[in-house]
Amino acid sequence: MSEPLVRLENVRFAYGERMILRDISLSIPRGQVVAIMGGSGCGKTTLLRLIGGQERAVGGRVLVDGQDVGGLDREDLYTLRRRMGMLFQFGALFTDMTVFDNVAFPLREHTDLSPELINDLVLMKLHAVGLRGAAQLRPGELSGGMARRVALARTIALDPMLLMYDEPFTGLDPISLGVIGQLIRRLNNALGASSLIVTHDIQESLQIVDYIYFISEGRVVAEGTPDEIRNTSDPFVHQFVHAEADGPVPFHYPAGDYATALVGGAG
Amino acid sequence: MGDVFRKLGSLAISGVWQLGFIARFFVLILRYSGQSFMRLHLTIRELYFSGVLSLLIILVSGLFVGLVLGLQGYEILQRYGSSEAMGTMVALSLLRELGPVVAGLLFASRAGSAVTAEIGLMKVTEQLKAMDMMAVNPIARVVAPRFWGGVVSMPLLAALFSTMGIFGGWLIGVVFIGVDDGAFWSQMRAAVDFRYDVLNGVFKSAVFGVAVALIAVFEGYDCVPTAEGVSRAITRTVVSSALAILALDFVMTSFMFRGL
Repeated sequence: MSEPLVRLENVRFAYGERMILRDISLSIPRGQVVAIMGGSGCGKTTLLRLIGGQERAVGGRVLVDGQDVGGLDREDLYTLRRRMGMLFQFGALFTDMTVFDNVAFPLREHTDLSPELINDLVLMKLHAVGLRGAAQLRPGELSGGMARRVALARTIALDPMLLMYDEPFTGLDPISLGVIGQLIRRLNNALGASSLIVTHDIQESLQIVDYIYFISEGRVVAEGTPDEIRNTSDPFVHQFVHAEADGPVPFHYPAGDYATALVGGAG
Repeated sequence: MGDVFRKLGSLAISGVWQLGFIARFFVLILRYSGQSFMRLHLTIRELYFSGVLSLLIILVSGLFVGLVLGLQGYEILQRYGSSEAMGTMVALSLLRELGPVVAGLLFASRAGSAVTAEIGLMKVTEQLKAMDMMAVNPIARVVAPRFWGGVVSMPLLAALFSTMGIFGGWLIGVVFIGVDDGAFWSQMRAAVDFRYDVLNGVFKSAVFGVAVALIAVFEGYDCVPTAEGVSRAITRTVVSSALAILALDFVMTSFMFRGL
């Protein structure tokens, strides 16, 4: 089996004193779609930022296509990022440009292609996400789902080897959600890329991904293929898959004794 | 008592830190300016937004400041029987002080605040991060063009402000009050020195341009990415720009105009 595209080895990360990732090791094999799941605030997005080189790990190594991201200078990092695409939670489209110019942005910045060729490429990317007809609209005129599809077209403009998705399903209606899910899978296969999805939408992810990691309190607590996850007896995964309010992840934020707090006044 | 000193100390330290951040940011802007000049249309676009769109408020304010200077100037000068010196008085006050300073203050509140808001909102909506992830440097693509747009606009706007002000003074003095037209202009020409008065004024407005543009882009780029953070950043832009303009003006005036 060939070397995975992304490999994290015992990665630790902290914002100041606050430990976010304690010891994470995982890998994304080439050609696969991998999901990272966990509750809100468990450090999922931080993982993407580490892989994209926006943050540097305190300990351990983050390897992308054999390169240690934490050790790259700005120029090498930018060279690497041209082969990565990241879809932000709400699309992060440039609001002062049309949909067309948004998708054309990476092409114009990084290539010397002729305007005619850029025009054709942009229309092809927009066609792939089903929004060729919206090319002249402005981001403000798009629905949430459409904005995310445009952002997806922009993300794949340079045919990246790695696609990263930060909560791609958040705040979408069921139809848009299904569309985005299918696009993630289809584009991954069409581009021959590898994808990493950070999400907490378990049902959608089980349908489209090849492998899932569960993260809690800065560690990988469970992992497996969708079939293994569905049939697991792991209490954490069970709570997550069945959306139970209480379990290994407690309902209550840590606090002192309830009765004492009520009688004694100060919590 | 100890608390007061501690507070003062921490204020001073954070102020010095902030100055350091701004200075480093300034160096970064200069470093990536070359890249941003390769795409000159970006800077020209910002010239339009900062410069051309500020024209109305600058021209109207300049006119009114000139009108008021004319009225007040005449009222005082005619007591000493030298109302012909009106032109000199209006021109010197505008070219040396009021033009650069008032235009600078207006520019900070009209264009500086807009730049801060725009960059701040781009930060809130993750556009800057997205750009950075696309291997496009936001300082070269977003910050530097806005900075240079402000730096170039400011002296031009100050010059237009002074021009409108002198026109306003002429309107009041010559057209409405009836001061002699020839005396108004010839006294002005005799008293105003190109290097000493005009160039010093232009230099001042250029310095204000750098200060306001730098504060505006820095506050936007540095803001806390929330609605509240952006609103605070805009306030800080206007307040710090105004204070910077007044402080720099005092320093420059004390070096430039010492009565020879």
